[in-house]
Amino acid sequence: MTSWKRKHLLGLDELSKEEIELILETASSFKEVSFRDIKKVPALRGKTVVTLFFEPSTRTRISFELAAKRLSADTLNIAVQASSTTKGETLLDTAKNIEAMNVDAMVVRHSLSGAPFILAQGLQCSVINAGDGCREHPTQALLDMFTLKEKLGHIEGLKVALVGDILHSRVARSNIWGLTKLGAKVTVCGPATLMPRGIESMGVKINYDLKEVLRNSDAVIALRLQKERQQDKFLPSLREYSRLFGINQAKLQEATSHLIVMHPGPTNRGVELSAEVADGKQSVILDQVTNGVAVRMAVLYLVLGAKGE
Amino acid sequence: MGLLIKNATIVNADKIGEKPQDILCQDGKIIKISPSINAGSHEVVDAKGKKVLPGLIDIHVHLRQPGHEDKETIETGSMAAVKGGFTTIMCMPNTHPVIDNPMSVEYIIREAKRVGLCNVYPMGAITKAQKDEELTDMAELKSAGCMAFSDDGKAVLNSRLFRLAMEYAKMLDVLIIEHCQDPLLTAGGVMNEGAVSTRIGLKGDPGIAETVTVARDIEIAHYLNSKVHLAHMSLKRSCELIRFAKSQGVKVTAEACPHHFALTDEACASFDTSTKVNPPLRGQEDVEAIKKAIADGTIDCIVSDHAPHTKEDKEVGFDDAPFGLIGLETSLGLTIKELVKPGIIDLTKMVDKMSTAPARIVGLKSKGIIKEGFDADLTIIDENKEWTVSQAGFVSRSKNSPFIGWKLRGQVEYTICGGKVVYKV
Amino acid sequence: MPMKNKIMDHESIRRAIQRMAHEILEKSGEEPLALIGIRTRGVVLAERLKKAIKDIEGMDVPMGVLDITLYRDDLTLVGAKPLVRQTQIDFDITDKRIVLVDDVFFTGRTIRAALDALTDFGRPAKIELAVLVDRGHRELPIRADFVGKNVPTAKHQNVNVLMQETDNTQDEVIIEEKNA
Repeated sequence: MTSWKRKHLLGLDELSKEEIELILETASSFKEVSFRDIKKVPALRGKTVVTLFFEPSTRTRISFELAAKRLSADTLNIAVQASSTTKGETLLDTAKNIEAMNVDAMVVRHSLSGAPFILAQGLQCSVINAGDGCREHPTQALLDMFTLKEKLGHIEGLKVALVGDILHSRVARSNIWGLTKLGAKVTVCGPATLMPRGIESMGVKINYDLKEVLRNSDAVIALRLQKERQQDKFLPSLREYSRLFGINQAKLQEATSHLIVMHPGPTNRGVELSAEVADGKQSVILDQVTNGVAVRMAVLYLVLGAKGE
Repeated sequence: MGLLIKNATIVNADKIGEKPQDILCQDGKIIKISPSINAGSHEVVDAKGKKVLPGLIDIHVHLRQPGHEDKETIETGSMAAVKGGFTTIMCMPNTHPVIDNPMSVEYIIREAKRVGLCNVYPMGAITKAQKDEELTDMAELKSAGCMAFSDDGKAVLNSRLFRLAMEYAKMLDVLIIEHCQDPLLTAGGVMNEGAVSTRIGLKGDPGIAETVTVARDIEIAHYLNSKVHLAHMSLKRSCELIRFAKSQGVKVTAEACPHHFALTDEACASFDTSTKVNPPLRGQEDVEAIKKAIADGTIDCIVSDHAPHTKEDKEVGFDDAPFGLIGLETSLGLTIKELVKPGIIDLTKMVDKMSTAPARIVGLKSKGIIKEGFDADLTIIDENKEWTVSQAGFVSRSKNSPFIGWKLRGQVEYTICGGKVVYKV
Repeated sequence: MPMKNKIMDHESIRRAIQRMAHEILEKSGEEPLALIGIRTRGVVLAERLKKAIKDIEGMDVPMGVLDITLYRDDLTLVGAKPLVRQTQIDFDITDKRIVLVDDVFFTGRTIRAALDALTDFGRPAKIELAVLVDRGHRELPIRADFVGKNVPTAKHQNVNVLMQETDNTQDEVIIEEKNA
């Protein structure tokens, strides 16, 4: 078994297959902790974990916070208005000021792709990427993979479809890195205007026909569609989007019966998924949320452990 | 008394001198070239074992003064120029305020004279305040000293206005230099659109933002039978369009920058903001095409597009950082390393691209050739000497270079401008 | 060549387990008995004790698996974090008589961690400790209730318990010099 040596988790791009497997394995050990009466272990007692979010997010932040708390770390949540960093104080300044209070790990979300790299280079503490621009959202992909493994038994050879706004999706990119490394076959499906140029070079297939994609998939991950995309002219209308790329019960009829439906949340009901599908028996959306805590516990535990290296 | 360069192996665009010559400069001119000139009371520079080139000319430089003296000044920019072997630079008008009036032109010329290191020719804006609305008073600006006009930093998007500018410039016999980039297509892109931007999630600037403007400008130049110079070409497709236009007799000239033949968009994956430049670093295919186009004459000259930015400006996220990198001090070294040493061009062709052709394109009639009667602007180099780019080594006020740590070839030993040694290693 | 000394073989291990099973049963009180093995080899020993108890008394005692990694007191000292494996205790430990099972009893720190962990799962009536080898050198005031074999060792020695189920070899206990 490979051992963990990284002080930061910036993305799945840089991780090996073995490192990803180690996180998933560690997460499965941690999952049990959340089902105890006393949902806490002392592994990170005395450590301070700060969530530093430059973009609004509720569930990712809460998930990290719970994960840290269940490992007995002290947590502090800082939400920074994007406007206060555009002038004057730079991103690194803000982070350095927080780090000066002896923080052990910083969980960062920022609208800039690559922001965690700036922090990892400039800080002493561990940096965990909780989403940077359109680049990566590694813990989301890890929890997606954890859920896939839990529900379908394995990842190698699985046919997984990512549906929606691929262009702006960090969830899609992290999943593509992780899933292809673990041997899954990934198809991306979405409007051509939201399909980034050269995406095939990441080892995925493009298919614009959702029904065909659903017929040939073991799992489908629907991506959140930002409503602003319509104002940016990427889409004629949300109505047309949902007609072509929204997943509803009728379209699921064509899918294999074991197909599971995932979504990183929060869902725009009636756009990416119909309410029926989101709450249906093929949906594992709430399992994803549960697993998110275990995966983030594993990441915090491993990353904070590697500090001595 | 004058300046005497002994044992000079002279490299002109047409040939390398077989035997070493002595070059005597007096009153700013080369007055005599001969195998042996008596030193007399002249100041002597021994160029034995070195190559003597016509002073290098960079027709695309941003000096930032007036308005952004924190990034660069005419003085520090001149220092960087002569250290990089340049005796003549042309500075772009996108300062604050924009160089769109004779007073600003005169200010730059006066300040450059005071500094007294190299020749600085200011370019004028094509449109007032570079707003793409009204033409500047080009005739008046020409009288003040502008030989070329550009709205560099952005294209003249209004096609009718661009046509009018080209017609007017033709009448005045001045050059229009176009920054080819359609901002509607760029749409906020911060790096080349392609596999790398997709992978690292940065907003892509598609090549068509450049090529559609190149094609438009070629068509307008063809229609009007007038000259146009296309700035910083970065794409294979642009080269193909220019090659075709030239074959049709269109009076188009073009330039390319060292960073566009030394780096690909892979460099952006480090999120180093000094790799954020406009036009963006492109793919390997484009790099190869630019090299080929330089070799076959499709691209006429090499420019640095020296664009200084402070550490504070650049020490932000990739999306927020300004475009541009400094190039005056690395331009020659990169050209020798990437083009001359691999045999893509030889030294004579390099002299053409970095001195003779730019002089011809902008109409500097007594520069770009080492010849009796021409200006005594000379660059003496050791083209084999290797040196390492370092942050501390830059004399430019800004240090935003993606080449820090690179080993380059070709050391500038002396820069001589107007018969005076203005830089010595 | 490292100095190796075999102190228990398959047969002596079997006899020790058999004896400990008898002792555990003899000390039975009111409270229902349950075994909890500490990963990794404590689990194998607990399984064997469970089987021995069943053979003797015909009763099936519940058994759980405890991974104490997250409770170690040296977590902040070690470099890369040790691999965390699953804890599996599918019954309520409250009011039970719990016998913790481990292979080698040394400083007592593992048992301290295990006691902390058990506290998070409930409040047993009593906790006892069964170990295959007690090698001494305690650093905490903890003692074993059932011991397979007492082995005097030097601190610089290693005591290795090898079990068929986990090590793919014959059961044996070996003492060897560290750094050898």
